[in-house]
Amino acid sequence: MCATCGCSDGPGVRVTEPGATHAHPHDHGHEHDHDHDNGHSHEPGRTVLLEQKVLARNDERAERNRRWLVGRDVLAVNLMSSPGSGKTTLLERTIRELGAQVPMSVVEGDQETMFDAERIRATGARVVQVNTGAGCHLDADMLAAALRRLAPPERSVVLIENVGNLVCPALFDLGEHGRAVVMSVTEGADKPLKYPHMFRTADVVLLNKIDLLPYVDFDLARFQDALHVVNPGTGVVQLSATRGDGMSGWYGWLRERAGLAVG
Amino acid sequence: MHEMSLTQAVVDAVTEKLGDAEVTQVRLEIGKLSGVVVDSIRFCFDLVTEGTTLAGARLVVDEPVGQARCRECTTEVEVDDPIVLCPTCDGSNVDVRSGRDLRIISVEVRTACAPPAAAPTAPAYG
Repeated sequence: MCATCGCSDGPGVRVTEPGATHAHPHDHGHEHDHDHDNGHSHEPGRTVLLEQKVLARNDERAERNRRWLVGRDVLAVNLMSSPGSGKTTLLERTIRELGAQVPMSVVEGDQETMFDAERIRATGARVVQVNTGAGCHLDADMLAAALRRLAPPERSVVLIENVGNLVCPALFDLGEHGRAVVMSVTEGADKPLKYPHMFRTADVVLLNKIDLLPYVDFDLARFQDALHVVNPGTGVVQLSATRGDGMSGWYGWLRERAGLAVG
Repeated sequence: MHEMSLTQAVVDAVTEKLGDAEVTQVRLEIGKLSGVVVDSIRFCFDLVTEGTTLAGARLVVDEPVGQARCRECTTEVEVDDPIVLCPTCDGSNVDVRSGRDLRIISVEVRTACAPPAAAPTAPAYG
């Protein structure tokens, strides 16, 4: 990864700031030759105990991100959902309505395109787009690259819009301080039971598009029951990001978190 | 498919720890509640290990069930499903204590210290 601008020459992952341009080579600055004296012995069929977490490296990077953010009094919230639940619309309204009180910047995660980053940029907020290529989730390395590029100001909020996917992002700690799972009433009320790993990790669930409730067959009580089975303690904020209903509940959650993390 | 990233993380961790040693077997623990599909890991393993010191290694996977305790009625229960309900009181306020781990337990390395077929895979973006 380029240490200057944070852009990546990894397999398919790109970190881009809309409107910014730069040109420089991405040569790999060192060789991989090395001698063979690495200090281990070679008995036949030797078993080496490792006893380490598969995601140890990601978790270490995530912890490093968390320390970096805390050191700058920056609150980071990881927003996850299936595609089309309204995350970007939610961010646009949040920045327009709350951005004057709390400085906000955004990390956008999508497999391809700058579409969402351009929408956020139009609100006036700083934004960096991470295109994961074939990847189905953001990981802690990607967030580190994005943060380096974004350089969020002290005492601010970074909203991370993860790749639209209710499966994979659940597993990867980014170093965030809170996880918001967004779901819309055009999706099935049983979704928490279908995707328990995602809903289990949520600190708050934002039920979006409630202005459409009269027109869709969404059983609110069944949804609340399903969520209770998977994550008994979590709160639900009902809102409409397009109309603005219920947004104060989300802002309250965000302010409370910012108060805790920002001090 | 996060299994590809997880398998890559296994290969990276093993090559980082063992350098050029030829790995003949990898033993993983994938808890029943981890949300990871073991068959997908197996599928990815052959692809990701190709050209590394793990090429051709056998993959052994332990899949322990989870242990949980109901916070309401204190029933202890073994669980193998991510949706956990207490069998006694049917409550969902259950403290899952294990079964979500993803760990590399151990590896077997070969006697001869043959150089790898290719350079170890570079970190994805570092």
